[in-house]
Amino acid sequence: MNLRTRLEQISGAWRFLMLVCIAYLLILIFNPGIFFLSLSFFNKIILKIIPIFILVFILMTLSNYFITPEIVIKHLKEKGVKKWFFVIVGGILSSGPIYMWYPLLADLKSKGLSQGLIACFLYNRAIKIPVLPIAIIYFSWQYILILTLVMIFISVIQGLIINHLTKVQNENCCSI
Amino acid sequence: MTVKSASIKSAKGLWKSTPMILGTVLLVSLISTVIPKSFYTSVFSKNVILDSFIGSLVGGISAGNPVTSYIFGGEMLKQGVGLTAVTAFLVSWVTVGVIQFPAESAILGKRFAFLRNVSAFVLAIAVAVITVFILGII
Repeated sequence: MNLRTRLEQISGAWRFLMLVCIAYLLILIFNPGIFFLSLSFFNKIILKIIPIFILVFILMTLSNYFITPEIVIKHLKEKGVKKWFFVIVGGILSSGPIYMWYPLLADLKSKGLSQGLIACFLYNRAIKIPVLPIAIIYFSWQYILILTLVMIFISVIQGLIINHLTKVQNENCCSI
Repeated sequence: MTVKSASIKSAKGLWKSTPMILGTVLLVSLISTVIPKSFYTSVFSKNVILDSFIGSLVGGISAGNPVTSYIFGGEMLKQGVGLTAVTAFLVSWVTVGVIQFPAESAILGKRFAFLRNVSAFVLAIAVAVITVFILGII
């Protein structure tokens, strides 16, 4: 097996990690100071996200065990604001870096969650209740309150836009 | 589905995402180290629209804890950058993920990731304009 064939067998995710590692290696050669600072930053983030990783694993397992595609499709096909409310609250209450939630969302997507609702969830993840006191210190509570309410409203708008655009794409795809 | 098979399915899903998550954290760490805080305050002019666009752009390509964005945002205000631009920056920081884009597109789909990030970028400006407008009339 030649090198090219071996490289082709490596998934995009591993290639991405390899590229970043190569970049780090180059930085270590040319600027060790930045390398060690970045690595120290990396360690801090990793230590912070390990508990979140465990939480995500538990939630994914619970989701796999309790949420079957039939249940998701049944609830999310309902008309009205209930499903949007559920997604908004879920997004606000979820914690940790955004990319930690992608596997769970991909799983829910395969069970029938619309892309607009996923976008709405991800948008609401931007509202972090634990850091709001810090935001209020830097700005004002009126500003943060208005900003939060506007962001919730806009998250629904974004969800509707994504739903519309993906629907248009699906229709175009099926009509070909 | 049994608890065991549900756990195995979850573990496989997480393992598949691990290289992307590690790569993203490494990249975030590098960018957070390389880009100095002064960079963020040096790129703004005094034009509300242009500054909001730049705010959204800078916030979108940045990464890190939202607390950091509040600190940067607070410093920007002190430097005389307009509130609309700072708001666009804060919103874009947490809603647009250029650095997380490879992970998002690999796991949730390229088209979805593209549409979500582009719309989040544009909507960050809208959120900023609406927020500052409401704040101005109350």
